[in-house]
Amino acid sequence: MSDTDLQNKAIQVDTEKGNFKYPENYEFDAGVGLTEDTVNYISDVKEDADWVREFRLKALEIFRKKPMPTNWADKDLENIDFDKIRYYLSKGQMPARSWDDVPDDVKETFERLGIPEQERKFLAGVEAQFDSEASYSHMNEDLEKEGVIFCGSTEGLNKYPEIFRKYFGKVIPTSDNKFSALNSAVFSGGSFIYVPKGVKLKQPLQAYFRINAENFGQFERTLIIADEGAEITYMEGCTAPKFETTTLHSAVVELVALKGAKIQYITVQNWSSNVFNLVTKRGMADEGAEVKWIDCNIGSRLTMKYPGVILKGKGARGEVLSIALANDGQHQDTGAKMMHLADNTTSNIIAKSISIGKGRSTYRGQVHMPKHLKNCKNNTECDALLINTDSRTDTYPAITTRGEHNTVQHEASVSKVSAEQIFYMMQRGLSEAAAMSLSVNGFVNDLMKAFPMEYSVELKRLIDMEMEGSVG
Amino acid sequence: MNTLEVKNLTVSIEGEVILKDFSLTVPKGEVHALMGPNGTGKSTLAKVMAGHEDYEVESGEILLEGQSILGKEADKISHAGLFLAFQYPLEIPGVSIANFIRAARSARLPEGKEINAVEFYKELYEKMDALKIERKFTARSLNEGFSGGEKKRCEILQMSMLDPKLCVMDETDSGLDIDALKVVSDGVNLMRSPERSFLVITHYQRLLDYIVPDVVHVMYDGRIVKSGDAELAKELESKGYDWIKDECATTTTT
Repeated sequence: MSDTDLQNKAIQVDTEKGNFKYPENYEFDAGVGLTEDTVNYISDVKEDADWVREFRLKALEIFRKKPMPTNWADKDLENIDFDKIRYYLSKGQMPARSWDDVPDDVKETFERLGIPEQERKFLAGVEAQFDSEASYSHMNEDLEKEGVIFCGSTEGLNKYPEIFRKYFGKVIPTSDNKFSALNSAVFSGGSFIYVPKGVKLKQPLQAYFRINAENFGQFERTLIIADEGAEITYMEGCTAPKFETTTLHSAVVELVALKGAKIQYITVQNWSSNVFNLVTKRGMADEGAEVKWIDCNIGSRLTMKYPGVILKGKGARGEVLSIALANDGQHQDTGAKMMHLADNTTSNIIAKSISIGKGRSTYRGQVHMPKHLKNCKNNTECDALLINTDSRTDTYPAITTRGEHNTVQHEASVSKVSAEQIFYMMQRGLSEAAAMSLSVNGFVNDLMKAFPMEYSVELKRLIDMEMEGSVG
Repeated sequence: MNTLEVKNLTVSIEGEVILKDFSLTVPKGEVHALMGPNGTGKSTLAKVMAGHEDYEVESGEILLEGQSILGKEADKISHAGLFLAFQYPLEIPGVSIANFIRAARSARLPEGKEINAVEFYKELYEKMDALKIERKFTARSLNEGFSGGEKKRCEILQMSMLDPKLCVMDETDSGLDIDALKVVSDGVNLMRSPERSFLVITHYQRLLDYIVPDVVHVMYDGRIVKSGDAELAKELESKGYDWIKDECATTTTT
């Protein structure tokens, strides 16, 4: 088969697993559009402290002032109509501690997504967010006894201000970008986690974000603090049904790894193709600490996400491993940021993108190493795989290194699955879809080895599904 | 019963006719060699039989054990029992030999059936030993960074693991030194059986010292111009292809 044939095959995104919804039935609804009233409604419902309400209102102002970043980003951003979005929908304020107490439709949703089963199998705790708020939140009692806190943003700010207020909005300031400001104005849900000194979580904590309502915006806020020598792995998954209208997901995730702590944050998102996914994620690593982002972006209409690490203390380490799969009509605009602010800091970025059909993937990287620092190292590798000839990939690496005592290494490659490779594999008996799947899996194979087993299995399944839909 | 029947096949690519009213029959259990100078259509034949879509078949038939395979997709032709050992095997980065062969075997199983991993590896290792392929190759990416000889041995490994009815070997000897040639030939000879047929495409007689054919066909300008026993290959080796060309020129003029 020729490249042209491959290229012309109709491409459909398969979001089979997530593509279902239940009727809407909400106790709290902030209505459509965004004004001071919307923000005040959310603050009222949440019984926010005054400083939180002020924080939100100030953020709204900043959001209004900041222009859309269309001077460098995808012009498609202009198609988000902020006046038509619903900013807050929930069935209640307190998440259930047992699945039995979760409303039936919500419970069924998460059961179809396999969350309770995963919890039984390999998780230390789960939070399941349905639209604006968590419907379920549970953690092993042993961890609770050790002083680990795992709750939602509202509970975190209201109940434990002495722990969370210090870092809230500090790793990512409200004014970082237009969407961090939006999130700061209307945030709800997300996970606030504190791991005390020296406590090492053997099993991951997981959050699952589910959008159920149409024209909805999900704005979860996550803050994870690992105190000195603590270790935690956190995983998030996300899905939404396929709507005709656009849906917005705009999260802010801040990680704080104090001296010698380790945080690993894993995302496997499988958004439907109507979702604008505009997320700001950044971690701060103190002396000898490590922050690692593992980021898999599948689906969505436009994803803009550049997880970063501020290497603040000596000997801190930062890592971003990312996989992006852009199917027809999708743009995965992803990358990484590494800010070296101390001596002997090291960072590693490995980004792999796959573009199928007219799908487009973009890598944006930023590595900053000022002149006065010594013995800093960065390694950046970005590889792109194109499945059809009109797929597109762009790379915008920005590496600023000054001084002579630091090393950076940058490698980039673009490869293509050729019609001859597909023919070769089909000659051995593989179907066209299986052949494509296998080459994509081969392309991400070395990176997948860094993932926990359960997630690499899930990721492989998602890739197979995308490929299944990508041939005629 | 004939394993392969090609009847009056005319094939072109981009308007140029490559195979001209080509016919060939390979009975079950026989090894046929197809020889001829470069550019005479040997590899085109192999690819058309395997279902490559770049070629335009203008007329003719291809039957595998009596069933037409012409126009079918490459994977369906593979399932029907045709294996093509490529002249230039392709590199598939990140996909290990073991996983690839496993996927190819799984693709043949009915829905819901799975491969027994223990038995699979036992068989794979036995066959690798026979082809003198080191164990560490199972984890290496398919053909990536392989030498010419390693690629060809890997083709024969796949061929023996997939148990085809018809093995089409396209210039398997090219790029092989004499030791590798012997290993590959031993592997092929082990597979010879009354149930299986071979079509060995080669430019040189050398390979046929090790894989002794039942019939030798000489191809020139898109068709078979001469057939004979193994001796024909030796005659070609000493006289060169010009002899065939001259003979063809004489026959066409007379």
